[in-house]
Amino acid sequence: MIGITSYGAYIPWHRIDRQNFVKAWGGFAIPGERAVASYDEDSVTMSVEAARDCLGDIDPHTVDGLFFATTTSPYKEKQCSALIGMPLDLRRDIRTADITTSLRSGTTAVALALDTIKAGTASSILVTVADSRMAAPGGMTEQGLGDGAAALLLGTDNVIAEIQESYSISDEFAGTWRSESDTFVRSWEDRMVLDEGYSKILPEAVSGLMNKCGLSPKDFAKAVFDPSGDVRRHGRAAAALGFDPSQLQDPLGLFMNVGLTGCAMASMMLVSALEEAKPGDKILFAGFGNGADAFLLEVTDAIEKLGERRGMRKHLESKRMLENYNDYLRWRELVPLEMARRPEKQHIRLSAIWRERRVLLGLWGVKCRRCGTPQYDNGAMSTSPIRVCAVCQAQDDFEDYNFAGRKAKIFSFTHDQLAQVADPPASVVLIDFEGGGRAFFDLTDRDPDKIEVGMEVEMTFRKMGLDRGITNYFWKARPIRC
Amino acid sequence: MAGSIKDRVAIIGMGCTRFGELWDKGPSDLIVEAVSEAYADAGVEAKDIEAAWAGTIFSGMGGRSISEPLKLQYIPVTRVENACGSGHEAIRGAAYAVAAGIHDICLAVGFEKLKDEGTSGIPGMENRTNTHFQSSGPGMFAIMATRYFNRYGLSPEEGKTMLAKISIKSHHNGSLNPKAQYRNVLTLEQVLNAPMIAWPLGLFDCCGVSDGAAAAILTRADMAKKFRPDPVYIKALQICASPTSGRMTLEYDYTHVEEAYRAGMAAYAEAGIKEPRKEISMAEVHDCFSITEAVTMEDLQYSPRGRVKEDIEAGTFHLDGELPVQPDGGLKCFGHPIGASGIRMLYELYLQLQGRAEKRQIKDPKLGLAHNMGNEPYAPVVSVCVVGL
Repeated sequence: MIGITSYGAYIPWHRIDRQNFVKAWGGFAIPGERAVASYDEDSVTMSVEAARDCLGDIDPHTVDGLFFATTTSPYKEKQCSALIGMPLDLRRDIRTADITTSLRSGTTAVALALDTIKAGTASSILVTVADSRMAAPGGMTEQGLGDGAAALLLGTDNVIAEIQESYSISDEFAGTWRSESDTFVRSWEDRMVLDEGYSKILPEAVSGLMNKCGLSPKDFAKAVFDPSGDVRRHGRAAAALGFDPSQLQDPLGLFMNVGLTGCAMASMMLVSALEEAKPGDKILFAGFGNGADAFLLEVTDAIEKLGERRGMRKHLESKRMLENYNDYLRWRELVPLEMARRPEKQHIRLSAIWRERRVLLGLWGVKCRRCGTPQYDNGAMSTSPIRVCAVCQAQDDFEDYNFAGRKAKIFSFTHDQLAQVADPPASVVLIDFEGGGRAFFDLTDRDPDKIEVGMEVEMTFRKMGLDRGITNYFWKARPIRC
Repeated sequence: MAGSIKDRVAIIGMGCTRFGELWDKGPSDLIVEAVSEAYADAGVEAKDIEAAWAGTIFSGMGGRSISEPLKLQYIPVTRVENACGSGHEAIRGAAYAVAAGIHDICLAVGFEKLKDEGTSGIPGMENRTNTHFQSSGPGMFAIMATRYFNRYGLSPEEGKTMLAKISIKSHHNGSLNPKAQYRNVLTLEQVLNAPMIAWPLGLFDCCGVSDGAAAAILTRADMAKKFRPDPVYIKALQICASPTSGRMTLEYDYTHVEEAYRAGMAAYAEAGIKEPRKEISMAEVHDCFSITEAVTMEDLQYSPRGRVKEDIEAGTFHLDGELPVQPDGGLKCFGHPIGASGIRMLYELYLQLQGRAEKRQIKDPKLGLAHNMGNEPYAPVVSVCVVGL
């Protein structure tokens, strides 16, 4: 049996009420709110979040491959799945690929993972899907889009939803696009996009799948498929296919609270569906974009044994509203800003971050074999790697010790108004890890007024900066999210 | 310890520029001004200097950083760097050379020209991988204040008021000093209502950034009285560099600076001081931030742990108190041209010991202590110098 063995999701903590866009620009506000990736988040960091949620207690060394699907990769030339493998502590002898440029990259990644496992090349593949698409300021698209991620682990053991069949359509049609140099999403007149694109191509793939399996709409407990840019067309497409509204995994909730999350949309909806699913449920899962991919899933008894996930439900509830549109502009770097007159940052040194990749991307520290003290060094002078024990001075007598999954408590903190940051003040914490080890970290996704000594925090993988085309990733602390 | 510097080396001349945002002065102006004052004070000329040491972090490279502006003629000159203790390090180089019997007359200069950057603050806080937490210098000391308040049960208001009194005291002293960067007197209300820099430290909890230079001429103790009747003798020179375990292990309390404690105790041992609070007449300590001065009073054994507040409130450290601290106004009023600060502190102790401190004169001082602390509180290099009659 091949299918989904675990799932996870991620929605940024920050949301913005769509009224804020109207306050800034006038015009008409779409109801609801949208999720806004923080200044230190991108598709890579959101993928890591969703993947960590998905892996839970699963040994990452059992994963044989990682497919990262996105239309918003931070790189044109550099594989992000290889990077994402580092914070997740995946093995080195695995197959990694970035699946990009299409809004159905997410479902295509699932199809490729399925086929790789079927071929016997791998027995477990992790698919992460994330998007943080940008629209030019001032339009309705800016209000409609949202940021988020999902992760699906496919494999042969402990399958919670068997993938029984798949069917794909390839079609050159694209209602939205970005050229090699475009920052913002472009689109054609929406009536043509809907009538000739979405409303024809998606149903074709869904019908194709049903014909292939000999099933009809009534056989499905849930139909999970991408909405169009105009979410109202979703229901119309479903009705045309013969689905009852009660069978639909309604995208409206996601749209009203998070926004259209690009190639991650269908997979995030699938996670919502799996959170509610019962053994024996048949689920239709389809993604749209330059054609469509459709899958038949059947939920197994194992779903009841899957441990707690933050998934969609908990991430949706845990949020902080941005107070104004300016923060959004600043975080997306959409307006030039005056720099504080502070000393300039130094260039990123590729050799140094490469040398310390496990320490920086994996949050690997050491535990002294002699005195047993766990240690992580994030110091000003960067004396890492640690060669001599801070406690007993034993040299080179350590075992690897990972801090990424450990909770910690705030030992002390400051909110620094002087440091130049995108989300002032710079909240910096000195934290004590459960089981030992102490280090300084930036504190992100926090309300400065609520930070106290003794507060529990967890580690989160974030973007530190961009320099000469290199995005520098590292870990930050944050109050326990949910 | 095999030996001691105590009473083997004397300071016979010192000089110090006015500190401040000296837009119209370059490094050579600062160096020449400080050193020419020291020459005149000692009654020596450039040709009498046998070897020299320069302490600077950002404003020069190599011995040339001072041999060039001073046109020192083919003598050994060394630039040293030991974070904020670079000035003391220059003194240590010169003093050890004299004590070793290699040279009779040596020059030590500390200087820094910080105000040519167009930015506020001090550069160089990042690590090699650009993954350093996004804190400014004040942030690292603010974390100490947060911890101190938490550990000793001070509410933010109580803690901030305690710190404010430190700055008010120092500004009073600075107002009496024509060489200080800031000479304004502060009120409690002003300090408490000042803009926040890094919570809980406000504007007046932080020292400024300035330009300045200071210099000292050292000779053998047995030769000192040939130059002047009132030389000041070096009693102790100690440095303690951190293994930086404080940020990595759970044991460190972040309410004291272990390196300051150890450098202080080593200096007391070297100087033969048994009861520091009684024997030390005055101290110039590294008050880069008000919390640093508070904690340093405890590290140097002037106040019991967690109880510096009582001494601050009792006025112990006022100019007319039991143990005056920052008689010249401290970093708080002088700013911190890094290489210069350590020697600037000694300049004040030197004047006080000689009875030349004018409006700031402390009655009959015998021993003065200067303390510098470089880098962050959890990982500093601390230097302590004791000088006396």
